Amino acid sequence: ETRTTFNRGPQRSFECMWRDMGNAVASIAWAVLLLPPITAVFVIISRFSLLHPIQAVSECLSFLTSASAIFSFILLCGVIIMVGFLNLEYYTVIPTIACSKIALLGQLLHPRQFVNSLGHCIMGIIVAWCCAITVGGRYETIADPCAQGDGSPQMCLNEYHLILLLAGAFVGFSHSLLGVIYNMNYVSFHTVQQYKYLRFKGSLSLVLKCSATQALYSVRNYIVVYFFLGKWSLSVHPLDSIAGLLDLSLLYHLWISASFLLFTWHLTLLLFRVFVTEVYSFPVQSSFTEDAHQCLPTVLTDKQPMILKFLALLDLALLSQHSPSRRSEVFSLSQPGGHPHNWNAISKECLSLLADLTQRLIAYHDTVATNGRAKSLSTGSERKTSSESSGMFPRPTLLMKTPASVFARSIVGCPQSPLTAPFTPDLDSPFASPALRRLTAPMDQCSPWFGTVQSPHIMRRVPKLWSTSTGEKSQALFADSQAHIWALEGLSYLVQSSFSEDQFGVVQTALPSILSCMLGLQEAVDRHFKLPHASSKPVRSASSMGDSTHKTLRFALRATLKTSIYRITTTFGNHLNAVKMSAEHRKRLQQFLEYKE
Amino acid sequence: MCSLALFPPPLPSGQTTLCESNNELLRCAVLLEQMSCSYIYQLMSFYINSPLSCAVVVPKWLSVSSGCTLALLRWFSSFHGSLFPHLTVTIHLIIRCFDMLAEFSQVLNWSDCVVRAFAWHPHTDKFAVALLDDSIKIYNPKSATTPTLKHRLQRSVAAVQWKPLCATALAVACQNCLLVWHVDPCSLSTRPSSGCAQVLSHPGHSPITSIAWSPSGSLLVSASPMDTAMMVWDVASESGVPLQRVGGGGVTFLSWSPDGSHVLASTPSALFRVWETRMWTCERWPCVKGRCQSGCWSPDGSRLLFTVQGETVIYALTFTDTPGSQAAAVVADLSETTFNTPDGDIIVGGEIQSLAWDPTGERLAVLLKGDPQAADRPAIIAVFKTRTNPIFELLPCGFVQGEPGTEPRLMQFHPNFQHGALLTVCWSSGRITHMPFYFLSAGVPHFGLSGSPSLPRPQERPADFAKQSLFTELMS
Repeated sequence: ETRTTFNRGPQRSFECMWRDMGNAVASIAWAVLLLPPITAVFVIISRFSLLHPIQAVSECLSFLTSASAIFSFILLCGVIIMVGFLNLEYYTVIPTIACSKIALLGQLLHPRQFVNSLGHCIMGIIVAWCCAITVGGRYETIADPCAQGDGSPQMCLNEYHLILLLAGAFVGFSHSLLGVIYNMNYVSFHTVQQYKYLRFKGSLSLVLKCSATQALYSVRNYIVVYFFLGKWSLSVHPLDSIAGLLDLSLLYHLWISASFLLFTWHLTLLLFRVFVTEVYSFPVQSSFTEDAHQCLPTVLTDKQPMILKFLALLDLALLSQHSPSRRSEVFSLSQPGGHPHNWNAISKECLSLLADLTQRLIAYHDTVATNGRAKSLSTGSERKTSSESSGMFPRPTLLMKTPASVFARSIVGCPQSPLTAPFTPDLDSPFASPALRRLTAPMDQCSPWFGTVQSPHIMRRVPKLWSTSTGEKSQALFADSQAHIWALEGLSYLVQSSFSEDQFGVVQTALPSILSCMLGLQEAVDRHFKLPHASSKPVRSASSMGDSTHKTLRFALRATLKTSIYRITTTFGNHLNAVKMSAEHRKRLQQFLEYKE
Repeated sequence: MCSLALFPPPLPSGQTTLCESNNELLRCAVLLEQMSCSYIYQLMSFYINSPLSCAVVVPKWLSVSSGCTLALLRWFSSFHGSLFPHLTVTIHLIIRCFDMLAEFSQVLNWSDCVVRAFAWHPHTDKFAVALLDDSIKIYNPKSATTPTLKHRLQRSVAAVQWKPLCATALAVACQNCLLVWHVDPCSLSTRPSSGCAQVLSHPGHSPITSIAWSPSGSLLVSASPMDTAMMVWDVASESGVPLQRVGGGGVTFLSWSPDGSHVLASTPSALFRVWETRMWTCERWPCVKGRCQSGCWSPDGSRLLFTVQGETVIYALTFTDTPGSQAAAVVADLSETTFNTPDGDIIVGGEIQSLAWDPTGERLAVLLKGDPQAADRPAIIAVFKTRTNPIFELLPCGFVQGEPGTEPRLMQFHPNFQHGALLTVCWSSGRITHMPFYFLSAGVPHFGLSGSPSLPRPQERPADFAKQSLFTELMS
């Protein structure tokens, strides 16, 4: 079965790519549709004057129908489409967590990031040009006629126009940098499921607020930079003086334009997130063999693309909780043969996910116990064997590291991330040379690889840069824990409903392994939270488009794990005494049965 | 339709209701602590570790002093800005918050009630009590320690609730925020530090008057009459999603159906909503007269009983899979009824403060407001028997009365009482009593003769369970 799945790999990823694309295109289309009203509001705000309101409105109307307005609108649409595709290209469902300053610097200087920043700079300039056209007046053209000393007319540089264009570039660039720092490309899934429109509507005010504040800070920084660097010899009105820059109207227009730029981009991002995380219902089983690869058990066991695996896990968590009819399909036996293939595939995949996290936590704990020295290699190989023994096929390393197409991210980003645990080098890759690996695997920046190749002297000299903070390491360990949370929920709800719904007793056979897996994970999580800083709460950044869900994933996992075990113990109660398990697990289970955990 | 006229008359003064057995409410002429009747004691004490020992008596001075403070504040604010305008605004705000909490709380006369909130743990025999001095005590019959929870943000507690499928977490609705305490049941500490509490707050979302955990323990919803949005919290990650709907002007009372599929959210105006919890969409239910005061769900989540302010009836709504317009049906009429007792006429009935339905779905307790000014119109708890087959109906069971001079303020059913239903009542005196209703639940298979279950012998139960085995050995 595994073999057929593996052979279907390229075809599957192609299909998934199209699904990805479909969602992305829909979100971009909505962003483009929303552009006219936003632009109209921007035109009104930028041109409105209190003294001549009627005149301003008529000016706005005549501008909106002019050729230059239509041309700049087409340009804006192009920018939005480009932003949308950059979102699609760079998004990830597993955040990249930089454990140290140097790792963050590495991320910022990565060629992929450079391309991203450059793209945003250019798009920023384009949007700023459109803003200059829209605002009109002194901003409209790059060259102004000016009289030289001898009286002959000549074209001089219009610095008002230039300052706006450069502001666009600056805001675009800083948006791209902040995107890395705040993990803006990370797409998180919400605990509360809502329809797309309601989710969009609910986040709209937040997006507006974020854009306005971020624009304010960007403009402030830009003004400071411009004050020191903006010397243009050809300018008519030199602006690099305090008086020149403290022109309120100029500041207002800069801020309005930056807000407009950021708002349209953030809106595109918001729409993209809403569309890409929309719940998708996979069929549990299909009567046609050609559709088998679209069924939940198959999609779950696939490693790529990651977004599909996540959606499948989410669907599993929801169906196990809400849908009796789909649950009955999970518990059903195959015809002919009478094997619980669906349940076997689902439970095996969930258990292997959980076992993987347990191994990762144990390995990390051992590394910490030996002061992080030289343990990484051995744990790496250990984990490798364990993951193979738990029934996963080897990862197609070559495929995922080849940037084959524009949409390769969905292939590149996925399998290496959760499984090459952030602290252990993945030496099975053919790109074993560190330099190459640095280019190909941005995820590995958290690894102690940075530390191990360097001599200890360097480490001691620059401790701030190289040392990793434990809280962030902990975050990185749990970076993909959303998957584990769903696996836990799915398993525990299925086990709970099996008490009354499982006619053939297919779940009972797996109950000992499910319990021991959960209890083992519970033990590992408990030990992890006893480490310093692991249980310290992260600081919340309230107004930012970046998603900070990943910072609290470990707490969510811990809570879900406990709840899941309780769900099983309250359902089965003392019947669990008949389940075979080790004495230590029995003791732990007893704590749960007595409500003492 | 059931009405109060069908009820047996209230007890004469000096007698208290003890329990229900063999289809009738037993009474006791002596005070509970002096109870010596061996039969009754036997009847009561088989309930695990004698819940009577948990009865809490809160000092009277606490209630008096708080009442004085509030009166002082009101008197002070009557100077109306002539002395300290800035201070008056603050005081007004405090009083407004306070009035709002008192208005929308499920507790009768919340502001001077010694027990502000009460919550049984959904799985074990422990409960939390929020007192007038803003402290919370946790009573556990199996533990000698009684942890007291205090936090500087824990002001004007309007509701407490334990997280389902968890032994430790207790959510507390406070004036300005939501606190989630994590109290280790094995800890010997009597004063858990404030570090054990998570603080959840959202701008504009205060004062919080009602909270509800999802039965699966994953989400917590909170409501404030000042905020049109209802917050849905993922407590572990401390993130909240506001669910905003126009109309109603706030959310006052929340109740999550036991099957987890719906949430009742009432507003300060004549409108309430029923949310389905899968995609979080809602149905609007406009009321004719006033706001929805209280509501409760049947155990399977298919039926909602609710009461409306200014009306003396209980309505029922049925939720089925087939959508369609329907109207709420009146299932009980609780208009005022005069009973002749040896002590004179007593008028029972009127507006309803709160409803509670026991987890087996067989007993419904209704707390009637009464009139505090009139001695012959006491606040009283009327208990109904409920029947779903062939049609849903309420049948009279009886009145629950306490010691003379006390009135019931707050009530809750024990979530998993084995022998019927156990109603816990908090009285105006600060006493908390547990009242068992012994009956055989129709939903649970049972053996033996009809009538009340024979008194179980606790020492035999574990052995019985150990003999039963769900699992068959797998031979391969």
